Amino acid sequence: MSGQPMTKTVDMAAFDRRNADWYIDKLVQALVFIGGISAIIFVVGIFAFVTKEGFGFILDRFDFQEFFTSPYWYPADEDAPEYGILALIAGTASVTGLAMLVAIPFSLGTAIYIAEFASGKTRETLKVLVELLAAIPSVVWGFIGLSIMNPLIIELFDVPVGLNVLNAGIILGLMAAPIMTSIAEDALKAVPDRYREAAEAMGATRWQVIYKTVLPAAKNGLLGAVLLGVGRGFGETMAVLMATGHSINMPGSVFDSVRALTATIAAELGETAVGSDHYQVLFTIGIFLFLITFVINLTADLIVRGIRKG
Amino acid sequence: MFETSELNIKNQRVQRLFKILFLLMTMLLIAPVLLILGTLIVKGGSVISIDFLFTSPTDGMTAGGIFPALLGTVWLVAVALLISVPLGIAAAIYLSEYAGENWFTRIINLAIINLAGVPSIVHALFGVGAFVLFFKFGTSILAASLTLAIMTLPVVIVATRESLQAVPFAFREACWNMGATRWQTIRRVVLPNAVSGILTGVILEVSRTAGETAPIMFTGAVFFTPFLPQGIFDQTMAMSLHLFVVSTQVPGVPENLPYGVALVLIAMVLIMNSLSIAFRIYLRGKKKW
Repeated sequence: MSGQPMTKTVDMAAFDRRNADWYIDKLVQALVFIGGISAIIFVVGIFAFVTKEGFGFILDRFDFQEFFTSPYWYPADEDAPEYGILALIAGTASVTGLAMLVAIPFSLGTAIYIAEFASGKTRETLKVLVELLAAIPSVVWGFIGLSIMNPLIIELFDVPVGLNVLNAGIILGLMAAPIMTSIAEDALKAVPDRYREAAEAMGATRWQVIYKTVLPAAKNGLLGAVLLGVGRGFGETMAVLMATGHSINMPGSVFDSVRALTATIAAELGETAVGSDHYQVLFTIGIFLFLITFVINLTADLIVRGIRKG
Repeated sequence: MFETSELNIKNQRVQRLFKILFLLMTMLLIAPVLLILGTLIVKGGSVISIDFLFTSPTDGMTAGGIFPALLGTVWLVAVALLISVPLGIAAAIYLSEYAGENWFTRIINLAIINLAGVPSIVHALFGVGAFVLFFKFGTSILAASLTLAIMTLPVVIVATRESLQAVPFAFREACWNMGATRWQTIRRVVLPNAVSGILTGVILEVSRTAGETAPIMFTGAVFFTPFLPQGIFDQTMAMSLHLFVVSTQVPGVPENLPYGVALVLIAMVLIMNSLSIAFRIYLRGKKKW
């Protein structure tokens, strides 16, 4: 017998199960991870690139007080350009405000009807119609404001121009309502059925159940829906550009033409030279819009999330 | 004992009143869609013909057809989809199959919500700053489609994630128990069961992308060009921008022409959208689990 060792060498490689499939698996995991973080990259990228283009203006010319409190917007004036966006903020705010006056009652009413009263085929049909309302592109809404609402307002109210806060407010209200409706409906659906059953067992009518039980329970979700509607109204561009009349005004009544922040960028960016003050100030407005919608969306998300936990 | 009291009757009446009120509101919200469609069809229908769809605008865009804009929109949507669909599906697979419930996932979700909430004109500014100037694509289909893709990415992500999560967890467990890797499970079991839901999201994305105007205004779409797009570095006309141009920028357009353009645009969007909805309802009926 030769002196061979009793123990056999263990072939570790036999236990290595890293075959081609294993490597593919790791590769795919890395790839989908890139997809996963892409949303973060894009949001950061949007902020970075818009800031990069507008930063020169903020450094050199930016006057906080003039920017936010002056209603004089003459960025194209060669001798003494003025960069006050107060009138533009007022334009955006007045149109969005009126839009919410239209959209909040209608979208909440519709959401309550769809979620609590309608059933079966009716409910499905209504939901589909609301979804189609949401699908109409904003440029088509702008065209409707221009060609249908405009003459209608002139005739009904006997005013010289029909492109004004009223026109854009109604258009924007109709645009924001479907989204608010579907989010509000989700919030109502999230209220457990046993709440309704308990209230009904106490002899409450359907309306009492809704008013005293469902609405308080869905309060946060409904608030979130309203906030997202505001964010949407704030950022809307083409419809506001076409239906407001696009003239700089501090609005005194709903029949005044105004100009919105978003519409100003859309209308003027094409005329400016890259890198000029005018070009940069438009990007500065972009930063402002980005930050505002960021805060609105964040708040809405926090509010909606708050109830899910509770 | 069970007689209806005065109070009962009053309560019943209040309930009926509110039901009618809410129904009325619903009708008032939906009526505009039908009115708008009706007006567009009545006024725009007379303009539309085979010639209108397949010829170029003439006489300074006051006559002729819309072919370059129609073709441009097809280009823009196709290129945007090539970018956003793979990226969106990857993101959804990560979120549904890999990501844990932690702060990092929460930040990704917040980013998706924000991406959907950023105003379209800010997306346009981003497109100009990043793709047109920084990456030097110029105003081109590529720059415009990239902008559109990023803007509509949340649509694909949300729809795909939902349909992935609708696949029961037991399916995955069964597959893992057979010794399959994660990716094998996703490819052979999860994706085949979710593919129709993903398709619904993609169709919805087509409809969203086709209607957008602001993001393409300064990144690749132009008011008028006599050339049809030949590649992704060309500029192009687009349906949505064309509607803006003929209804606001061009003097002397015959009254019905913009209605025709609007009708074609809205028909494209609504047909895609209805397809997506119909598909979804059909799927719900077929659900096996």
